[in-house]
Amino acid sequence: MSTVTPDPLAPAPIDRQGIRLGDVLFKGIAFVAAVGVAAVLGLLTYEVFSLAWPAIQEFGLSFIWTQGWNPNSNVYGALVFIYGTIVTSFIALLLATPLSIAIALFLTEIAPGRVAAPIATMVELLAAIPSVVLGLWGILVFGPWVANHLEPWLQSWFGFLPIFSGDPSQAGILPAALVLTIMIIPITSAICRELFSRVPRDLSDGSLALGSTRWEAIRRVAIPYAAPGISAAVLLGLGRAFGEAIAVTQVIGSGNTINESLFPPGDTLGSRIASSYIGASTAIEAQSLLYLAAILLVISLITNVSAQAIVNRFQKARRMSTG
Amino acid sequence: MSMTTPRIDSGKLGELAATPDGRGAETVFAVSDLTVSYSGNVALKGVDLAIQKNFVTAFIGPSGCGKSTFIRCFNRMNDLVPGARVDGEVLYHGRDLYGANVDPVEVRRRIGMVFQKPNPFPKSIYDNIAFGPRILGMKQDIDERVERTLKHAALWDEVKDRLKENALGLSGGQQQRLCIARALAVEPDVILMDEPASALDPISTSRIEDLIHELKNEYTIVIVTHNMQQAARVADKTAFFSVELREDGSGRHGILVEYDQTTKVFTNPTDKRTEDYVTGRFG
Ligand SMILES: Nc1ncnc2c1ncn2[C@@H]1O[C@H](COP(=O)(O)OP(=O)(O)OP(=O)(O)O)[C@@H](O)[C@H]1O
Ligand SMILES: [Mg+2]
Repeated sequence: MSTVTPDPLAPAPIDRQGIRLGDVLFKGIAFVAAVGVAAVLGLLTYEVFSLAWPAIQEFGLSFIWTQGWNPNSNVYGALVFIYGTIVTSFIALLLATPLSIAIALFLTEIAPGRVAAPIATMVELLAAIPSVVLGLWGILVFGPWVANHLEPWLQSWFGFLPIFSGDPSQAGILPAALVLTIMIIPITSAICRELFSRVPRDLSDGSLALGSTRWEAIRRVAIPYAAPGISAAVLLGLGRAFGEAIAVTQVIGSGNTINESLFPPGDTLGSRIASSYIGASTAIEAQSLLYLAAILLVISLITNVSAQAIVNRFQKARRMSTG
Repeated sequence: MSMTTPRIDSGKLGELAATPDGRGAETVFAVSDLTVSYSGNVALKGVDLAIQKNFVTAFIGPSGCGKSTFIRCFNRMNDLVPGARVDGEVLYHGRDLYGANVDPVEVRRRIGMVFQKPNPFPKSIYDNIAFGPRILGMKQDIDERVERTLKHAALWDEVKDRLKENALGLSGGQQQRLCIARALAVEPDVILMDEPASALDPISTSRIEDLIHELKNEYTIVIVTHNMQQAARVADKTAFFSVELREDGSGRHGILVEYDQTTKVFTNPTDKRTEDYVTGRFG
């Protein structure tokens, strides 16, 4: 028995059998896609900054905290738009978050299946309304309603607050924020619904078996379980609100000043870029608009990165300990 | 034990059932003609049985015979299953558990439940135990209550240095004992356990069984188990359920076959089906 005869019962050889084409192709495509996306992002950022460069050199960083925008007298500053962007988005989130959670809880916990499904579809269809159409509705229907009913009502109850002072107006920060709210709700409520439907049944059963009411089970078990996801949903909504331009342009009124009241017109970064870039009469005006674009880009990137960070931290905390 | 007297003195019945240490003298649940169906399909039919105070009562039987369905009737967990319907009567200390004025939330505060799969909340060990007391508004001395409960559940020594750590970091057996402790923290009257040890290793299982022995002096325990030795070890009384094919061929449902002292059920069962099952000739 000195010669080695292949034993038919021996396991198949485990040597490398040549390349596995599927794996190699898959890896290659995935790699190219990942690098491609990163490259587009990098290139785009570079382009925006280099096109805006003359304005950045001309006005420096003080552009960011300068108020006013007047191409005739060559005054350019971003503060009004940064303020408008942050305030409209913040109000939109403040309203959309609890509403989305309520919608999601209603659909997952309260409404029976045959009621929940059509309502969920309708809420999601809100996202299908083109923003320019929503903006038209804002101009024709919603803006007048806000000016004639909502703002006078707010003023009569909360008029002592500076944010509800002054004359009601059809176009302004408040209607813009409300239109943004309508635009965010489909996204955030859909994510929240998904999150609540994933809360393990045995956890809510455990809570109910201890004698909790359904609301207590939701508040003490389901919401904490979904919390990291909800914060991610909120930040995604924020990303959408920051970037939205068209519908906002239609209802915000292109104001050039910061007012303590939410009623008068204002403007956001995205809206000002969308409304003025085509009509820009001088090179420096176009470059200043690109400077606005660069600021918007940076703010959006920061939001997204912090969204990631928050989600990661929550996940780590959930895995590790310290409830 | 022959009971040939034609007139049964119902006052004496309890005493007859009681053990020498006095447990089992009172009836906690009296079930009569209970039928449960899911979306019109009968799952369990015509059950009559009484559960005695401070007894450990075991439910055994083949898979799908309706043990879980039955145990969930005692704390009205079936209310949470869409399409579930309970007919018949369950008296809890003489009160109809399914009466119009009964609040299922209040029922569950008195009748705790431990599930097959350990289901601690993804919170700290402390918060898991404090969960029930907080809901019930037992806000004072929570620290002390948590400690007392964990000692009661024989878990204190293992977790006293890590109360603030997430309960999901515990082993499966510890998690299940935590779930038992969580149920004890609200000082219930009855504890229902649906296969509490089926997901655990033998050592964890025997610790749960020890715990059940400890607890039966203070609580009434109802336990579903697939493990017949376990039923024989922990239970005072055992109910054997089985599956019966419907005569019209429309399907099958669970029935109660035999209910008696555990020793009787395992050594000298009355019904042939029980005998086949406990001797391993079935399922
Ligand atoms: N939520 C439900 N919806 C519909 N049918 C159900 C539901 N729960 C149980 N059933 C049915 O009721 C019958 C009894 O089920 P049950 O879970 O009570 O049995 P079991 O004795 O606990 O079984 P196992 O030993 O496998 O846990 C089965 O036929 C099952 O399919
Ligand atoms: Mg079961």
